[in-house]
Amino acid sequence: MNELSFFLLLSTLLFGIGLAGVLVRRNAILVLVSVELMLNAANLNFIAFWRHGAGGESAGLMFVLFSIAVAAAEAAVGLALVIAVYRRFRTAHLDRVDTLKG
Amino acid sequence: MNGITLILGLVTLAGALASVALRNLVHCALGLMVAFAGLAGLYLSLGAQFVGLVQVLVYIGAVGIVFIFAILLTRGGGSESGSLFSTSWAVGGGIALAVTGVMAAALLQSPSLDRGSVRAAGPTVRQVGESLMADYVIPLEVMALLLTAAAIGAIIVAMPEKGDPGAPPQPPPG
Repeated sequence: MNELSFFLLLSTLLFGIGLAGVLVRRNAILVLVSVELMLNAANLNFIAFWRHGAGGESAGLMFVLFSIAVAAAEAAVGLALVIAVYRRFRTAHLDRVDTLKG
Repeated sequence: MNGITLILGLVTLAGALASVALRNLVHCALGLMVAFAGLAGLYLSLGAQFVGLVQVLVYIGAVGIVFIFAILLTRGGGSESGSLFSTSWAVGGGIALAVTGVMAAALLQSPSLDRGSVRAAGPTVRQVGESLMADYVIPLEVMALLLTAAAIGAIIVAMPEKGDPGAPPQPPPG
């Protein structure tokens, strides 16, 4: 296996772990943790392809830098939403936050 | 691919698994930080020094601490009681396994991944800064606006409303 395949496989596994966490865990904070894992898997792909000559001189790095900034903003807003939900429902468990349930 | 890369990859995967599978939420956040640290090492081993340092500063430093704050603010510091996983965990796990399997099969069969050329070394911090200030200056400004909006939005969303039963008691006037 060459280096690029190794990193892409690693990133696939990381993405799969994150996807499983999003779909399976009940706690809203753990769902956000899993989303961060999936974003990091995408960043690893960017860096691996950049290293192996895709894009220009520094396009892959710039994508990752902006992606990290967006992910930081997403984490701040997402966790603020979780705190607001916790204040309203006294729980962060997604199975119990079901006011709109039909 | 050498031994260090392999070890860093295994550490990353172990941290990721711990962060989605453990019962104690603080342990989950620490597992996430281990995964971030492993990724920072992988970025460094791939020659992207600046991104590796940004990963340490932003993810391990800021995002990890924000997660721990949120866990403590929602009283999740102890172990979760009851079932750890949602009621539809079998469907979710099956979907995740299927997606991972399809992606892994696709990339293992792909003939276009045999790229021999490896970039010698990444741009220095100076070159990254010049690139940010010249070619990418508009995305940089948009990002500044986005971060400002996100910070204000997060404060407003998390601010206790008036008459909220969950709000902390107000100190008596005077």
